[in-house]
Amino acid sequence: MIKIKDISKTFGKKIVLQNINAEFEKGKTNLIIGASGTGKSVLLKCIVGLIKPDDGWVYYDLRNFTEADKETKSEIRREIGMLFQGGALFDSKNVEDNVMFPLDVLTKMSYDEKLDRANHCLKRVGLENVNKKYISEISGGMKKRVGIARAIVNNPNYLFCDEPNSGLDPQTSVLIDELISEITHELDITTIVVTHDMNSVMGIGEKIIFLYKGMKLWEGHHKDITHSNVPELDDFVFANKVMSKMRDGKV
Amino acid sequence: MKGFGRYVIFLGSLFVRRESFKTYYKLVLEECVQIGVNSAFLFMLVSTFIGAVTTVQTAFNMVNPLIPRFVISQVVREMTVLELAPTVMALIYAGKIGSSMAGGLGTMRITEQIDALEVMGINSSSYLVLPKIIASMLMYPMLVILSGVCSLVGGYIVGTFIHIVTPNEYVAGLRFAFNPTEISVALIKGIVFAFLIASISSFKGYFTKGGALEVGIATTEAVTTSVIAILLMDYFLVNILL
Repeated sequence: MIKIKDISKTFGKKIVLQNINAEFEKGKTNLIIGASGTGKSVLLKCIVGLIKPDDGWVYYDLRNFTEADKETKSEIRREIGMLFQGGALFDSKNVEDNVMFPLDVLTKMSYDEKLDRANHCLKRVGLENVNKKYISEISGGMKKRVGIARAIVNNPNYLFCDEPNSGLDPQTSVLIDELISEITHELDITTIVVTHDMNSVMGIGEKIIFLYKGMKLWEGHHKDITHSNVPELDDFVFANKVMSKMRDGKV
Repeated sequence: MKGFGRYVIFLGSLFVRRESFKTYYKLVLEECVQIGVNSAFLFMLVSTFIGAVTTVQTAFNMVNPLIPRFVISQVVREMTVLELAPTVMALIYAGKIGSSMAGGLGTMRITEQIDALEVMGINSSSYLVLPKIIASMLMYPMLVILSGVCSLVGGYIVGTFIHIVTPNEYVAGLRFAFNPTEISVALIKGIVFAFLIASISSFKGYFTKGGALEVGIATTEAVTTSVIAILLMDYFLVNILL
């Protein structure tokens, strides 16, 4: 479980996050949603420690991450897997080496063990026979899968995904969403996904936090999102034409 | 001053939360190939031509019959050992290797590859930059030696080919009043310049913010700052060492 308490962040005079409190549950796909520029990615980066919040705390299973020393932070981070928006895969390495990378640096496994583990993870995300391909030689959807494989290769307790569907076609987006959800349940880990894709929200959102102008306005399950009585959330949800037609009974 | 302070803190960060020796060993070897082996041809080419041109131009300026002709190669030797091999080649090294380091790290920064390392619990600055600095300090002095040899050979080939000096005169000039301390000075300069170029370029690249345009700016700044640092340090080192 990850708990955040009173997280605030400003950049210059711009307030990006204001007193955000939330609990992200283990074994569930937790979503942070909101329109572009509402602070979703900043909140995610505050949670993983890439950005230091001005105020507030982040707890990983009751361990205070924000005030931890560098060694402890490093230890907690070794339990984290993260899928970045652009993949953040290493261009100079092939697919196999990218997936094996966390094992290379963080473990003392033999090469064969690392290779087995990497192949297992690649197979799990539906990628086979691409081990020796370089990142520039694979498609956007494959990059996301490689990113997921790399994120789970070290058996993380926490998985973070920053806009996993960005730049993907609808079919591939659904596959990536399903993959994230399946892995979350299979490994019983705490997963946080940042997205503004309503398909993802309705498909895998077991716990959703809605951000609006840096504030948390709503949280709940995707089943409740269409009758939240929060006008800003309604605007966000029903901006999607399919959702709008569903509301109006046309679908 | 703020920038210098950040640079010092950055250097300090290279030595905390280090990875295993094995990890660095592999990375240093890779960087040595990238920095040293892949730069050798350029260094040989530039040095040979500069040595050749220096010989011709020195001969052109020494038309006095009272000056023995072996002085030409003596002048070429002094210029090569003290300035050309360590300093002038450092400027080329800053352009080739420094820009590559800054550009590479800058691109890693804007494509979140550095963030990915941090999230994995790896000290990204130590993992990415320390091997570059170590490899640079190992390889650049070797390039200085290679450059010096090529320059003197270039001068020999051209000097004897167009009959500016005889082979015996050229070799005699190289040996005349030779002070071996100059080689040590050249190597010390090489090590210091290699450190400056690698660390400044990495610093500029590592803290790139924005997109492709900013990577370009960081690369330019890396080369400019490295060149200024080399020239200033050259002056101080000459004062201290000679």
